[in-house]
Amino acid sequence: MHRYRIFFLALLLCAGVRLAAAQSEVQPSPAEQKIARLEAQIADAKSAGDNSWMLVSSALVLMMTGPGLALFYGGLVRKKNVLSVMMQSFMLMAIISVLWALVGYSLAFAPGNSFLGGLSHAFLRGVGGTPDADYSSTIPLQTFMVYQLMFAIITPALITGAFAERMKFSAMVAFMILWFFIVYAPMAHMVWGKGGFLNAALGGRVPTLDFAGGTVVHITSGVSALVCALFLGKRLGYPREPMPPHSVVLSVIGACLLWVGWFGFNAGSALSAGSLASSAFVATHLSAAMATIAWAVMEWIRNGKPSVLGAISGSVAGLVAITPAAGFVTPMSALVIGLIAGSVCYLMVAKVKGIFGYDDSLDAFGVHGAGGTLGALLTGIFATSAVNSIFKDSKGAVLPVGLVDGHGGQLLNQAIGVLIAWCIAAVGTYVILRIVDAVIGLRIPPDDEIMGLDLSQHGEEGYNI
Amino acid sequence: MKMISAVIRPHRLQHVKEALADAGIVGLTVTDVRGAGRQKGQIERYRGSEYSMDLIPKVKLEVAVEDDQSEAVLRAIREAAYTGEIGDGKIFILPLDDALRIRTGERGEGSL
Repeated sequence: MHRYRIFFLALLLCAGVRLAAAQSEVQPSPAEQKIARLEAQIADAKSAGDNSWMLVSSALVLMMTGPGLALFYGGLVRKKNVLSVMMQSFMLMAIISVLWALVGYSLAFAPGNSFLGGLSHAFLRGVGGTPDADYSSTIPLQTFMVYQLMFAIITPALITGAFAERMKFSAMVAFMILWFFIVYAPMAHMVWGKGGFLNAALGGRVPTLDFAGGTVVHITSGVSALVCALFLGKRLGYPREPMPPHSVVLSVIGACLLWVGWFGFNAGSALSAGSLASSAFVATHLSAAMATIAWAVMEWIRNGKPSVLGAISGSVAGLVAITPAAGFVTPMSALVIGLIAGSVCYLMVAKVKGIFGYDDSLDAFGVHGAGGTLGALLTGIFATSAVNSIFKDSKGAVLPVGLVDGHGGQLLNQAIGVLIAWCIAAVGTYVILRIVDAVIGLRIPPDDEIMGLDLSQHGEEGYNI
Repeated sequence: MKMISAVIRPHRLQHVKEALADAGIVGLTVTDVRGAGRQKGQIERYRGSEYSMDLIPKVKLEVAVEDDQSEAVLRAIREAAYTGEIGDGKIFILPLDDALRIRTGERGEGSL
C-alpha cells in the first residue's frame, strides 16, 4: 500500500511538472484532465486485479511442492524412508529460493544471449514494483520473479522421485544445486527468457510453444529422473522384494493438492487475470479429469480392478500433459490430450518400465518425462489462434498456430524444443552425477539403505506411534 | 488351566468376541499379526509392480480359561470364526501352569 502511495505521488509530481511546462502553451481542458485521471485509475485497477491473481497463483504453485509433492511421494515410499523424501522437497523450497534471489532469476530472465540470461538482475537488482512490459505489463516485476521461483522449486523436486530410498542427502543437495545452474536456468531462459532460443513470444529463433512448462519443467525433470535411476542403479532387493507404498492415503491427499495447485501453475501462466487464465484453468481441469478416467479404465481392463493409485497417477499424467498446451487449446482438445496422456503414461509405467527394468522408484520419468514430451508435441497439433493468437505477421494480422489451424510447421518446432530439452537434461544430469559421485558419492551404504534413510540420514523416524 | 490361542480372520473378530461373551468369557488379549498357512497369499498391484503378499494379516486372540470351560470356548470360537473357506485360521490349546492377578496377588484359577 505504502509503495503504491509513493508511486502515485511520484506520478502526480511528474504530471504536475509536465502540466506546469505545458501551461505556458496549451491548457488541457477539464475534460481531457478527467480522461487522463480515469485512464490512470483504470490501469491501476487492472494491475491490482492481475497482481492479486498472480500472488495467489504463486502461493498455489509453492503448495504443489509442499505439501503436495511431499505427500504424493512420501506416501509412495516405504515407511522407513517417508521423512527423507519429504525432506528433499522441503529443503529444495529453501535452497532454490536463496539461489533464485542471488543469481538464479537473473540467469533465467535477465537479457542475455540465446541460451542464458545475464547478470543484470543478480541479487534482485532492478526487480521491484515496476512491471517489465516484455513479460507482463500489469504485474510488478517482483511478482513475476516470485511466481517463476515457484516453478524453479518444483522442477528439481520432481526428480527426487527417481532416486528415492537410496541417495545420500548431501549428494542430493550438491546434485540439485548444480542441476539448477546447468539444466534449469538455461532451459528456462531459452523457452521463457527475453531473446531465448526457443521463445515463441519474444523473438526466439525456433518459436516453441510452452505455456506453463512442459519442456522447462516436465521434460527436464522427467528425463533427468531417468538418467538418475539408470546411473544410481536399483534399490537393494528391487524388483524381487515387495516395495509397496506405505500409505496410498498420503498420496491421495498429495495428488488432490497437486491438482488444485496446478490451477496456479497453468492458469497463472497467463500472467494476468483475464480470459486466457480462465481458458487455461478449464483446459487444465478437463485434461486431469479425462486422464484420471483413462488410467483407471486401462487398469480395470488389464487387471480387473481400478486402483486408487492408478486414478491419482492418471490425474497427474493429465496435468503434466496439458501444461505446455493449457493456454493454447480448446476444452475439447484438452479432453483428447488427457485421454492420450492417461493411456500412454499408464503403459509407460506398467509395461515399458518392466521391459527395460530400470528402477525409477516413484515413476518420475514415466509420468513427467513421458507426459511432458507427449504434451509438448500435442501442443503443436492442438494449439489454435481461436484461443491464443500468439503469432502475428508484421501488420498485426493473426497467423495460424498449430496443426489444427493448418500450421504443420509448429509440430516441427515443438519437436526441436523437445529434443533440446531432452539433450540438455540427459547430458547435464549425467555430467553432474559423475562429478557428485566422484566428490561425495551418490549412494548410501547398503546397511544404511536397509535401515532406511530417515534414521541413517536424518536421525529421525516418521512414525513414533 | 488352559491357554487358548486362536488365529482368525480379522473381520470375524467382532463375532468371536460376542460369542465368547455369551460363553461367559470377558478377559481376552487381541493382537494384529501376519502369517502364512494353506491360504495362498494375495496379489497387490501398485502401478506396474505386482506383489504377492504371502504373509496375510490375521488377528490372534488369547484367552486363559479353566479346564472345564475349555471345550465350550473352543466351540464358541470355531463357530464364530467359521466361513468355510481356506484361511479361517487355527486354534492352539496350551497347558497353563499358573496365573497371577497383579492388583490382588491372587494365584491360580481364582485370578482368571
